[in-house]
Order: sequence, then structure tokens, then C-alpha cells
Amino acid sequence: MKDSRNTGQGKSKVVKYNKWGYIFLAPFVIVYVTFQVVPLFSTIYNSFFENFRSGLIQIGPNWVGLENYKKIFSTPELMQYTKNTLIMWIIGFVPQIIVSLMLGQWFSDVRLKLRCSGFFKTVIYLPNLIMASAFSMLFFALFSDVGPVNGMLMSMGVIDEPFRFFASVGATRGLVGLMNFLMWFGNTTILLMAGIMGIDVSLFEAAEVDGANSWKRFTRITLPLLKPILIYVIITSMIGGIQMFDVPQILTNGKGTPADSATTLIMYLNRHLFSKNYGMGGALSVFLFIITAILSLVIYAIMYRKRDKN
Amino acid sequence: MSKSKKTKVSAGLSIRARKAVAYIVLVILSILCLFWFYVLFVNATRTHADIQSGFSAVPGGNFWNNWTNLVTGSQPILSGMINSILVSSLCALFSTYFSAMTAYAIHVYNFKGKKFMFTFILAIMMIPSQVTALGFIQFMDKLHLVNTFVPLIVPTIAAPVTFYYMKQYMESTLPLSIIEAARIDGSGEFRTFNKIVIPLMKPAIAVQAIFTFVSSWNNYFMPALILKQEKIKTLPILIAQLRSADWLKFDMGQVYMMIAFSIFPVIIVYICLSKYIVQGVALGSVKG
Repeated sequence: MKDSRNTGQGKSKVVKYNKWGYIFLAPFVIVYVTFQVVPLFSTIYNSFFENFRSGLIQIGPNWVGLENYKKIFSTPELMQYTKNTLIMWIIGFVPQIIVSLMLGQWFSDVRLKLRCSGFFKTVIYLPNLIMASAFSMLFFALFSDVGPVNGMLMSMGVIDEPFRFFASVGATRGLVGLMNFLMWFGNTTILLMAGIMGIDVSLFEAAEVDGANSWKRFTRITLPLLKPILIYVIITSMIGGIQMFDVPQILTNGKGTPADSATTLIMYLNRHLFSKNYGMGGALSVFLFIITAILSLVIYAIMYRKRDKN
Repeated sequence: MSKSKKTKVSAGLSIRARKAVAYIVLVILSILCLFWFYVLFVNATRTHADIQSGFSAVPGGNFWNNWTNLVTGSQPILSGMINSILVSSLCALFSTYFSAMTAYAIHVYNFKGKKFMFTFILAIMMIPSQVTALGFIQFMDKLHLVNTFVPLIVPTIAAPVTFYYMKQYMESTLPLSIIEAARIDGSGEFRTFNKIVIPLMKPAIAVQAIFTFVSSWNNYFMPALILKQEKIKTLPILIAQLRSADWLKFDMGQVYMMIAFSIFPVIIVYICLSKYIVQGVALGSVKG
């Protein structure tokens, strides 16, 4: 080190230090390759083999080419579970984006001067940190046939006999959607608020001078300028929706009842993993990987464009 | 003159009206968020018979009994708690330290492939780990790491989201001149990183440590596939077992106590640190 300082050659010094870049990067690369890249390729590899247990007999692994893909796309399950996942995601997401836009707007509006906004932000973000499986178990206990919600509704005279929430398709999906809404709207509010606060205040002032009311200002200024963040929120939420597992799994005890109407794609994958049907599980994983990779690329495009602009 | 005065008054009124609407909506949403946890708290303090007899807004006096019944009951709840704390703490430690290290490599040094690495990490940031779970479990099985904590802890060293946050934080708070100065003083690169950079990164490390701890604490999918032995199971797996048991025969006071036991530690930590957490969420978003 002394030598390089004495010779004073800046370039050689830089080169000498830069090898440390590789050393500091090594843990990430080694762990990522070992625990993500290798498993990804072996998952893809598995999808070309017939490999499952039928009773006590192990079948395969035998090379079957694209048979698993043909099978998975020709059975009704994949369609049904994709539909379930989509419906439950929409039930949670639509109110989430509306409420979050509204709250984000209010929190960032200087003239509204909301008091206790720190308290409200703390409260609405809270459900995001709750263990999804425990939250789901709690909802299951609260909404069960003899649970407190039925008790309350009966004592208020709304219903005469317990409403069986978990025997109704709409109620089960609705509860999953409600939990997803509660767990994520605080997070989305904070993201959108940060975005709204990044908008130049003079734009709003100019619009006000021109006589635009608050609704006009919202639809003509806030929404268009918020577009990149909105797309980011929608797509990350879609990726989160595809991963939906803990809540419906615990709520329906892994069965997706009633009548498989609450089984999500990851619950389907989980079934294959537990029964060790690695061929079909592999094909399903690759299908999910392709969808999430496409969605990730869209996010990447948004972020990269933003970074370039700056 | 009077006309402009009128519009001013109506604007003032509309602000007041909007304010009232905002408060009403916020209060309703807050109740919607807190109601469930309040019922949970109340029911965790009541006896099974009380809970069956109907809802009550007032806590009962059976908190301690439910607790002792739960701890002495059939579920290994205390070992579950210890396992959860152990796994989550180590995840938080590994993830933040090594993510800071990765961010440091990209932030401070210029080397071939640096731009590619950065682009690559950003591109893969959102791909969920579930899609590679199949190969992951097979691989862990081959290495005889099933039923250990290694498959849950070591992969958090490569945490793209934590890395991205650290990188953003370094861009705004870590001037390269500090590192230059340390080099002139004869500090080695590892020493500079551990003794100068890590202390400077403390706020970012704290925020990310909380997020990693909580997400690991709440994680159910992967642990359920890896941990099959009773004594090493984490809390979410025990909750799932509670659900699949014939739970109607259970003491409901105990059931609520167990849910409370998994939820309330996080709520208490959150209340203490909420300011930093809410700020952290906003900072971690794509500000580019």
C-alpha cells in the first residue's frame, strides 16, 4: 500500500483496489447461484420427467418430453386455480387501490392539514406485519359457525341462525380478499403518498388559479403524473397475488373448500410438492416462473427508465 | 367583490367538508384494522365457556390460565417461539450484513461486469422463491439439510430487495472520500467496511433488519416444506397444525392465546419502532 502511494500512479491504485469488488460480491453470487439458479434449472429439468408416487410404487423418473406440460394445460385444474387466484386478487386489489389513492391524496394535501396522520399511518400499516397464517387462523375462529362474528350478528338481530361463512363460495373468497386488502392497503398508501408528494406543487397551484376543482386536479394532474408508480404498484401486487398462499391455505385447511373455489396456484404447487409429484410440480413451477419473469421485466423497464432520466 | 368573497367561503367550507369526510373514513379504516386484534385480545383473556357463550367487549380474567394451559399443552409452543426467534434473528443478521457488503462492492469499486451484476440483481428482484422451491427442496434433500435451519437462513445472504435499499442509502450518505481517507490512513478494505461503513449504515441496517426479521417470522411456505420434526418447527407451522387439528374440541381460550402469542410480539416491536418502519417503506419504494 505504501509503495503504490509513493509511486503515485492513480491508475494502478484503482486497479489494485478494484479486485476487492469481486471479493465483496462473492457471497451474494455464490449463495444466489447455489440456492436460486441451480434449483431453477433443476426445476426446469424435472418438468421433462414423469416422477411421482402411486400408492407405494414410485413411478419414474422417466423422460417424457413435454408430456407434463400437455397434461397440465389440458386438465381443468390449472384454469380453475388461475381463475380462483385472479378473483381473490381482484376482490382485495380493487378496494385497495381506490382507498390507497384517496388516503395518499389526503395525507399529502397540505391544505387539508390532517391531524394525527402519523397515528393513522401507523395503524393502517400494522396488518402488513402480522403473520398471515395467524391472521388467517384468527379470521377462521372469528367467522366460524359458533364464532364471535356470528354471535354478534345474531344478537343484533341481523340473522336468526349462524351464517356458515366457510360453506359459501362468495364469503370464503370475500374473506380472503378482505384479509389481503387489510394487509396491503397501508403499504400501498405509503408508496402512493411518496409518489404524490414528489409532484411539483406549482402545478396544482396553477390549475387552481385556472379554476380546476379538487377532482379535476386529481384526475388531470395527480393520476397522469403518478402513472409509473401506479403501474409499479399494480404489477408488484399481481406478483404478490400469484404468490397468494398462507391466507387461503390456513383458512380452508389446505383444501380450498368449498369445492376447490379457494385453491390458489401456489396451493396447487404445494400439493404437488407434498405428494412428491415432481414432474407436474416442475411444469407448474416453470409456468409460474415465466409469468412472474414477464411481470418482473415490466417493473424493471419502469425502474430503469426512471434511473436513466435522473 | 362580494362574489370573490363568496367563492372563498365555499372553498373554505368544501375544505372543512372534505376534512370531515377524511376523518370519518380514516376512523372507519382504523377500526377495521384494529377490531380483529381487539377481539383476539379479549378472547385470549376469557375461558372456553365464556367464549362459547357469546361476544364480550370487556376482557376476562383468564389470561394467566390460558397461558399456562397453552405452555403445558400438546403443542411445542415454547420451542416454536425459540426456533422462530433464532431463525428470524439470524436471517436479519445475515441478510443485512451481506446485502450491505454486496451494495458496497457495487457502490465503491469499478470492475468488469459491475453494470451487468447491478442490472441482473434489479431484474431478478421480484421473482418469487416459490417458483424454484421444487429444485430447492430436492437439492436440500441431497445435501441432507432437510430438518435443519440452514436452508432457511443461508439463502437470505442473497437478498436483492435489501441490497437495493442499501445501495440507495449508500448513494445518499456514503461519500467515497471517507473510504479514500481510510485507505490513506492504512486501513485495509475489510477493516474499512467493518469499522467505518457498517457503523455509518446503521439506520439502513436497522430498518432492513426489522423487515427481514418480520418476513422470516411470518414465513410459512418454505419452513413447512423443510422442517418436519416436531421440535424444530417454527410458529407458523404450529398455527397450521392447530388449524388442521380437530379444533372444535380444543379449548378456544388456548386457541386465541396461541394466535395472540404469534401476533402480539410483532405488534409491540412495531409500536416502539413504527416511525422508522413507516419511513423505511416510503424510502424503499422505487424513487429511482
